[in-house]
Order: sequence, then structure tokens, then C-alpha cells
Amino acid sequence: MMGFPVLSLLILLPAAAALVVPFLRSTQAARWVALIVLLADFLLAVWVLISFDASTAAMQFGEHYAWVPSLGISYRLGVDGISVWFVLLTTLLGWICVLASWTSITTRVAEFMTCLLAMQSLMVGVFCALDMILFYILWEAMLVPMYLMIGIWGGANRVYAAFKFFLYTLAGSLLFLIGILLLYFNAGQTFDMLALMEARYPVNLQIWVFLAFLVAFAVKVPMVPLHTWLPDAHVQAPTAGSIILAGVLLKMGAYGFLRFSLPMLPDAAHYFAPLMIALSAVAIVYGGFLALVQRDIKKLIAYSSVSHMGFITLGLFTFDTMGLSGAVIQMFNHGITTGALFLCVGLIYERTHSREIASYGGLIKAVPLFGILFAGFLLASMAVPGLNGFIGELLVLAAAFGVSSWAGAAGVLGALTGAAYLLGVYRQMLLGPTAAPGDAILWDLNQRELICALPLLMFVVWFGLYPKPFLNILQPSLDHLMIQTTLSVVTP
Amino acid sequence: MDLTRIMVSVLLSGPEIIVILGACVVLMLSLVPRPGQGGLLAGLSLVMIALAAGMSATLGHTPQSGYQGMFVVDGIATYFKLLLYLGTALTVLISGGYLGAENTDKGEYYALLLFALCGAMIMVSGTDLLIIYIGLELQALAIYVLVGFLTTNARSNEAALKYVILGAFSSGLLLFGLSMFYGLTGTTQLSAMALALGTADAGDPLLVLATLFLLVGLLFKVGAVPFHMWLPDIYEGAPSPVTGLMSTVGKVAAFAVVLRLLLHDLSALTPIWHDIVVIAAVLTMAVGSLAALVQTNIKRMLAYSSIAHGGFLLLGLLAGGSDGQASVMFYLLVFTFMNLGLFAVIVLLNQGADRGEPIWDFSGLAKTHPGLALITLIFLLSLAGIPPTGGFFAKFYVLVALVETGQVALAVIAVLFSAVSAWFYLRIIMLMYMDETAHPAQVLVAPAMRVVLAVTLIGTVLTGGLPAMFLDAAQAAARAGLG
Repeated sequence: MMGFPVLSLLILLPAAAALVVPFLRSTQAARWVALIVLLADFLLAVWVLISFDASTAAMQFGEHYAWVPSLGISYRLGVDGISVWFVLLTTLLGWICVLASWTSITTRVAEFMTCLLAMQSLMVGVFCALDMILFYILWEAMLVPMYLMIGIWGGANRVYAAFKFFLYTLAGSLLFLIGILLLYFNAGQTFDMLALMEARYPVNLQIWVFLAFLVAFAVKVPMVPLHTWLPDAHVQAPTAGSIILAGVLLKMGAYGFLRFSLPMLPDAAHYFAPLMIALSAVAIVYGGFLALVQRDIKKLIAYSSVSHMGFITLGLFTFDTMGLSGAVIQMFNHGITTGALFLCVGLIYERTHSREIASYGGLIKAVPLFGILFAGFLLASMAVPGLNGFIGELLVLAAAFGVSSWAGAAGVLGALTGAAYLLGVYRQMLLGPTAAPGDAILWDLNQRELICALPLLMFVVWFGLYPKPFLNILQPSLDHLMIQTTLSVVTP
Repeated sequence: MDLTRIMVSVLLSGPEIIVILGACVVLMLSLVPRPGQGGLLAGLSLVMIALAAGMSATLGHTPQSGYQGMFVVDGIATYFKLLLYLGTALTVLISGGYLGAENTDKGEYYALLLFALCGAMIMVSGTDLLIIYIGLELQALAIYVLVGFLTTNARSNEAALKYVILGAFSSGLLLFGLSMFYGLTGTTQLSAMALALGTADAGDPLLVLATLFLLVGLLFKVGAVPFHMWLPDIYEGAPSPVTGLMSTVGKVAAFAVVLRLLLHDLSALTPIWHDIVVIAAVLTMAVGSLAALVQTNIKRMLAYSSIAHGGFLLLGLLAGGSDGQASVMFYLLVFTFMNLGLFAVIVLLNQGADRGEPIWDFSGLAKTHPGLALITLIFLLSLAGIPPTGGFFAKFYVLVALVETGQVALAVIAVLFSAVSAWFYLRIIMLMYMDETAHPAQVLVAPAMRVVLAVTLIGTVLTGGLPAMFLDAAQAAARAGLG
């Protein structure tokens, strides 16, 4: 299948723009170029989704060129029913990030837009890559623009947060590289992901490689106890950075488990499943409790992400069709809702320059539109039936009870905690007596801000009420994944 | 018959002869001071290097031996010589502006550079212990003088003195080891020695002792722990272009000798040196990465970073085989590009050696000189081994070779120290991009410097983006050398 290289176009379009934007003289031009390019990229992703053949689990839109033949590295792309959704999510959040930074980023705008464009190119690349080294290179290179985004445009403590983010994720990734090499030499010196999935590895090797991968992915997810970089990075990052971090980067850890740990190392995955489930349960409860006591709104959402991501890893390691589907659905939905929550926080922060939850009150009177949107996203994050968070969480919970009633109970406790802190935030910030930090003058959402938020709300409602098209595309690939994760166990 | 043999030998050493002649001509011209002489001498040096490079390229990869087996031109020698030309030519280009700023525009500088180059070339081509030693001394003597070239600068003088003493000491140890080998095998010629050692008992205490002395001498030259103490002081004190030369050309020549001796002709000694080199490599990476963390002088920091990279290169040696060897060769190519590129930036930023080259010179560079900051960013990321730069593939290939030979534990240690070392490169990026300008210096990028920055940048990016071509060259050279 070597048709029109649409995936390359998806990756290279923002990359090409990233080379041009720094040389633009006017900041307004930089904003517009970034917006138009990222919007075009999004439309391209929509086109890919529409022309995607939902009847098969095969990789589609494949491309393959030799890159470093002597080492078996190639430029190999393709998407299946799972990754195509992440490409869509990434490109959707991309242009929203530009709009969200339209007035909040005023210094070195062209450089900021360059970072956004580079991020998008690398992130889409990660979800399309079918060569392990290509995947690794894109995955690792992402650290640089993100590091710069946090470090240059972040909050007061940005340099520390940027360092921590970079070093944590780098240290994790490097072990990932060693794991890849171990697979490479055991599978006949190829980095082709599909071939690596086909190959069977000795259990002993699987266990070591799984541990190496675990460090890399657990840092990215992040799983307790490797999560401490996340609140720092989130709080310090500019709004667009937080959206990308929460919306896409965290998913990459879970995506790694899904793509590599489960299908390539099924025996080790089963072997470590109790540990993974325990860690996930701890993350759900611990993240939830930490979120309960936060006074900083960004920190609260950051810890709630730790808790929500716990649901995803829990679902992945139940080895149950329900749990797996729930986890993948939750990955996509968490990207939408948490991205949207950070957007909302960014919008209100731009007006008041305060992230202190207690300093707010009665916002609904001053900014009703904002109040409605924020309520929608909070409820979605809480997994209220009819909104997108619900099915994923329900499926994961159901599967979790099938595996261990303790894990299920932890999940329920996490969900209840989630309701408590999210409703608490809403009550404090939007209801009650009016209070705004400082002498901030509040104005309701303008058109640009509505354009940012409405598409996200649309997905929240659409996937809540009618997720069928989503599931249709997902299902064949999920089924295929289920087969891969059990094959090795059935046939020793 | 004899005449043809002499002709062949002369032909094989043609590049060395060209460089020596060039050095002599430059030295003579420098005796007649004229305005604008620096440019002329630099230009002449470049022409001679280019001629030598052309000749080396035509001599090719098929192993040919001359001077009764004391001198060889093979794939490895040619590859390393091309690296030496590259490094020296870039150093010549970097030096012009620096010498002008330091008011030491003396002609013998370029002659010394060419002598050092010639010594390094003899080192990589020598197949006789004495020839290798002579090359090594020729290079070292020229660099002793270059280190102390800023005659009115106390730091430069101190560094030169330290280097002379420690260098002589290490040469003495090496020479002692070599003489023991002569005593044990009755020859100084490597191929004959390989035959003699083939039947030797690796447990022979005298052989062990000889190997240890040889090893100490070699580890000293490559700056491996625990024989690394000289490096930071001398890197700091030497004129910046000379530091750049030492960290690239010097390393290339030293590793060429290490590869030739330990992996090829004296490979029978592997059981003796293997474990020692494992310990040395791990310690070298550890000390290099950890000590660099606390440096506030950019040249000292790069000295430690260079030590850490040396540790990584030793891992390539440990991996052995054609992949391990090619990984060292490829690494040195990338290292020449990225390290010299960074030294070029340092020379640009530090106008005046007395300022001590604090890392704060980089503060706010992204605001005042965004282009230069971006180039520096790429060099730093490459040194840290972040993809998609050349530095990533350099480290990657070493790791491939290590895992291929089952030395996974070493690979894990290597990547952990790699993460540590990312910290200090990030710190400079942080200063450039996230700090305020300390003193908005007017950085003038002369045309020669533009060439250096362009070449090193393109090299760093190409070895990362399209590594296949360079990797294949290194692999072909390594295989030709093994054959």
C-alpha cells in the first residue's frame, strides 16, 4: 500500500512550517501561519479518519523507505484503528493550543509557535511510526520543544520544572532504548514493529525488557511513584503546554504499554499484571486524595490526571476485552476533557492571574458562558452518564471487578473522590458569593475562546451520546490486540 | 627492485610529506613578518591540508604497507586521517580571529598545527611501535608549545608546563611498556609481534606487566580515569582553538592507536586488558559526567564532558568486532563536528582569554543572537545524545555494538550516565534561552567562522538525519581494516 503519502504530509506539514515561522518578522503573521497550518493538519487528519477502512485491523496508509539499511532502521509509517484516533486528538488539540495562546503569549511569539508546530509534527509522528527507532527518535525529540515551552514561557518556577520534566523522561526513555535493542537482536535484527510483534521471545528476556519499557512508560503516564514531575510541569507550563502535556504526552505512556508491552511481551505482561494493577489502584486513590487537598487549580487537575491515568493502566492490565476497550476509550476521552479543563483554567487565569481556588467565587454571574462550559468539562471528567468519560470508566471498573475486587473497590473510591473534588471546585469557583482575585475585571468568553472550547465540548457530548462510530473504527484493532496479548500464553 | 619499494613507501607517506613540507614553508614564511600575514599562512595551511586530503582519498582503502612494514595505509588509517584533516582545517579557520584578538598573530602557530597534524597522521598509520611512538611525540611536542602559546598569560603557561611534565611522564610509561614488549617478542613491528604473541601465555607475569604499562600510557593519552587529572587544567589554560584541537584531533589519533594496538595486532592480549578497560570505562563515564555538573567554566566543563565521551568510546572498544570498531570511528566523526562547533561558539563569545570563560557568557544569547543560539542548541543536544542529531546515532551505534556482544549491563550503565550528562548541557541551553543577558556582547561572526559553523552544523545534522552514508563509510573502513 504505497499510495499518496498522507501520513508523511501530516508529519511534515507542521515541521516545514516550524522551519519558516522563526523567520517571520511580525508576531501576528507567526500566529496566523501556525493556526492555518495546524488547522490544515487537523482537516487532513479528519480526512484520514473518514477514508479509514473500519473493517480491518491492518495498518493503513502505509509508507516505507529504507533509512539506515545497515542497521535495519527504516522510515515506516501506518495507522490502525487505535492510532488513527490519537492522530485526530493530537491535531485537534494542536490548533486549539494556538488559539489558546493567542493573547496569553506575548513574548517571543514566533519561537513559541515554532515549538508548537514542532511538537505537533513529532507527536503525530509517534502515533504513526511503525519502526521502533523512528518511534524512539520522535518520542525523545519531543522533549526539546516541550522543555523550551515550559522553560521559556512558564510560570515563576519554570526552570526547575523544565529540568525535572526533561531529566525524568530522558532517564526513562534511555532504558527503553536498551529494551528495544534486546528485542532487535532476538527478532533477527529488525526494528519493524509489526515483525517485532510477530516474533516470540524467551520469557526471561521478556521480563527484563518489560521492566526497561516499564520505566519509560510509567514516567510518561505517569504512574505513582514516578509522577512527581507532572504537577511541577503542569503548574509551571503555559496553557498550551499543559493542554499538550495532559492531552497527548501522558497518553504516550499508555500507548507504549498498548503497542509494545502487551503485544510484544505478553508473558511478561501477564507476569507483571498484579503489580501493574496494584500500582494503578494506588495511583487512582492516591492521586484522587492528593487532588482533594489542592488549593492550586492547575495542581488539582494535574493530580486528577494521575488518578484518571490510573484507570487507563488498570484497564490495560486486566487482559479483558472490556477493560482494554475501556482503557483506550478513556485515553482518548481523558485527552479531550483534561485538555479542555486546562484550557478553561488558562482562560480564567488570563483574566485574573490567580490559580488559587479559594480566591474565586460566584464566577457564574460574571462569566456565564464560561461557567457552562467549565461545568460541562468537569462533569465529563467526573464520568457522568451521557458525557464521554462515562463508558470508558464503566468498562474499566467492570473489568477491574472481574480481576480483583480490591482493584474494583479502589476504582470506585477513585471515582467518588473525583466527584468530590471536581464538584468542590465548581462550587467554590462558580457558585456562592461573588469574589474575584485582585481587582480583575472579568469578561465573558469572546469568539476566539468559544471557537477553542466548542469543538472539545462537541466531542464530549458526541462520544457520550453516540460513541458507535468511534467504537466501530476501534474494535477490529482492539480485537487484534487481544489476540496478540493472549497468543503466547495459549501456545507456549 | 629496491627503488620501486622506496617509491611505493614514499608514495604511501605522501600526505605526511605534503603536510611536513607545508609546515616548513609556513615556518619560513613566518620569519618574514608582513601585514596580513596571518591570513596568508592560514590559507597556505588549508591548501596543504586539502592537498594531503586529496592524496589520502586517492590512496584508498586497500591495505598497502610501506617502509618495510612499519607504515600502512588501510581503511582505518584513511578514515582517521580524513577526520584529522577535517579537525585541523576547522581549527585553522577558528584560530584566525582568536589570534588577532589575543594579539599573538605569530606565524609559527600554523606551522605547529601542521606538525601536530603530521604527528597524528603518523600515529594512525604506524604499524611499528617506534613509528607510533615517534608520531605521538611529534604531535605532543607541537601541542605542548601550542598550549603555552599565549606567552603573556599565566594560565596558558601553567597549563603548558603541566602538560609537558605529565605528558613526558605518560610517554615514559608507554615507552617502558613498549620496550618490554620488544624484550618479550624480539621485534617492534606489530605484525611480527602479533605472531609472537599468538603463542604466548596470557598469564605470563612479564606480559601482564608490559600490557599494564602500555595500557596506562594509552589510557593517559585518551584521558580515561584515573589518568584524567591533567585534562581539565590543560583544557582550561590552553588557547580555546587549541583546546578544540586537543579534544578532537588529539582524541581521534589516540583512539586510532588504541584500536590498532588493542583490537588488531595485539588482540591476543584481550584477556589481560578487558576487565581493566571495563572498570576504566565505567569510572571515566562516572567521573566525567558527575564532575562536569559542578563546573562554572565552560572549557573545564567541556573537558569533563570530553572525558565522559572518552568513556563512551572505550565502550565501543570493549564491544570489539567490526561493529564496535566502526562505532568508535563513527562516534569520533560526530564528536569532531559537534565539539569543534561548540568550541567555535566559545571562541566567538569569549573575546579575551582572561575573562575565564564563565558559562554565564551564554546567558540570554537566544535574545541577542537567536541564530547563534539555535546553532549552539543543536551542538549541545547532539553532545547530550538527543535525537535526531548525530550525537544520538553515535551513542546508539555504540549501544548496538554492546548489546550485540551481550554486554547489556554496560549499556545500561552507559545510558544512565548519559542521562546525568544531559543535565549540564541542558544548563547551558537554559542559560541561553531562559536567562537574561549578562552583557549584550557584540558578536562579530567573521567569514572564516561562518564556514566553521556551517560545516560543523551541517555535519552534526546530517550525521543525525541521514546517518546511513557515514555509518557505511565507517563500517567499510572498519571491515577493510580487519581484512
